[in-house]
Amino acid sequence: MMDVDIQDLEKKFQDKIDQDIKIEPNDWMPDAYRKTLIRQISQHAHSEVVGMLPEGNWITRAPNLRRKAVLLAKVQDEAGHGLYLYSAAETLGADREQTIDDLHSGKAKYSSIFNYPTLSWADMGAIGWLVDGAAIMNQVPLCRCSYGPYARAMIRVCKEESFHQRQGFEIMTKLASGTAEQKEMAQDALNRFWWPALMMFGPIDSDSSHTEQSMRWKIKRHTNDELRQMFVDVTVPQAESIGLTVPDQDIKWNKSKEGYDYGPIDWDEFWQVVGGNGPCNKERVDARRKAKEDGKWVVEAAMAFADKRNAKKTA
Amino acid sequence: MSKSKGWPLWEVFIRSKQGLNHKHVGSLRASDATMAIKNARDVYTRRAEGISIWVVPSNNITASDPNNEDSLFEPSQSKVYRHPTFYDVPDGISHM
Ligand SMILES: [Fe+2]
Ligand SMILES: [Fe+2]
Repeated sequence: MMDVDIQDLEKKFQDKIDQDIKIEPNDWMPDAYRKTLIRQISQHAHSEVVGMLPEGNWITRAPNLRRKAVLLAKVQDEAGHGLYLYSAAETLGADREQTIDDLHSGKAKYSSIFNYPTLSWADMGAIGWLVDGAAIMNQVPLCRCSYGPYARAMIRVCKEESFHQRQGFEIMTKLASGTAEQKEMAQDALNRFWWPALMMFGPIDSDSSHTEQSMRWKIKRHTNDELRQMFVDVTVPQAESIGLTVPDQDIKWNKSKEGYDYGPIDWDEFWQVVGGNGPCNKERVDARRKAKEDGKWVVEAAMAFADKRNAKKTA
Repeated sequence: MSKSKGWPLWEVFIRSKQGLNHKHVGSLRASDATMAIKNARDVYTRRAEGISIWVVPSNNITASDPNNEDSLFEPSQSKVYRHPTFYDVPDGISHM
């Protein structure tokens, strides 16, 4: 195609986005838009799937049947979220198995939060409350993102997420109002998950390379720091209301900005974890790789069965 | 269908309640139609979203070309006389 044509198409494309007209799979789109979206959506899908591992760790040890049924339902939802997102990535021409193999080879990333261990039952509370809470903060604006299939997937995901956060907060509330030992467990979980939850929003704006273009394309609707601030502002009072303390001495209400000031984030830790050196990176990816290897014969057997039946039908 | 790529893709349509059309809700992979229905039940109707499911192999769907959008759909935009609001009804006339 000639340069003029491309420029014309790009202009029409950006005009559509500016007018809040959704882009659908067969519409023309710039290569960079497609590539960025495939990366963003598949990373998101990987996070949903890897995110099942830390919680899966506690399903068999849930304290009672109600909690167990709830946790099972939540983890099953996350599998569904992974599926909606891989499907959305496929509409852009991504090869699902290839994106999964990229996760297994370490080429593709997933949310750094899932590289932390879940040491006690209270961590199920902290994850639902903080991690799903942070995910919701991130995902609600994406329901209005410019790419149709991604926006539709996000709408389904957000509907399902709200129970995830509530069940986590319920666990924390119960523990925080229980025995001294239970309260201690809840506080300990909050202490360990607070900072990694803040890191979930990604590097500070001045270090976030793609933000500007992504905002123009409306595949990102708020900056990392804006979302982080929103999260801090809603979460600090929630902690206070159940008698827990956010592990940050610098937390202080700032009247002029109508929000909380918070202390410095340890970005070295963040980059270490993103780079593969978190406490559980290897364990998580190994578990995913093993799941694919162990399930391979099922995939093949089901396909062989279907092929055989189809052959009989056409014979 | 190449085996290395795993199972084929299916489009899923759900009727949310009696009296409404089936509506496209998303897609999934499955080795055959029976598995596609089962998987669709598990991922797309976990909260009573449906009472009936259709699954269609994605490669059996033919779509209109978005590049022909103008020639396909523009003609209907200029035919405003297809809408009742195009017509003048004298004052005092009712039931029309
Ligand atoms: Fe999720
Ligand atoms: Fe969730």
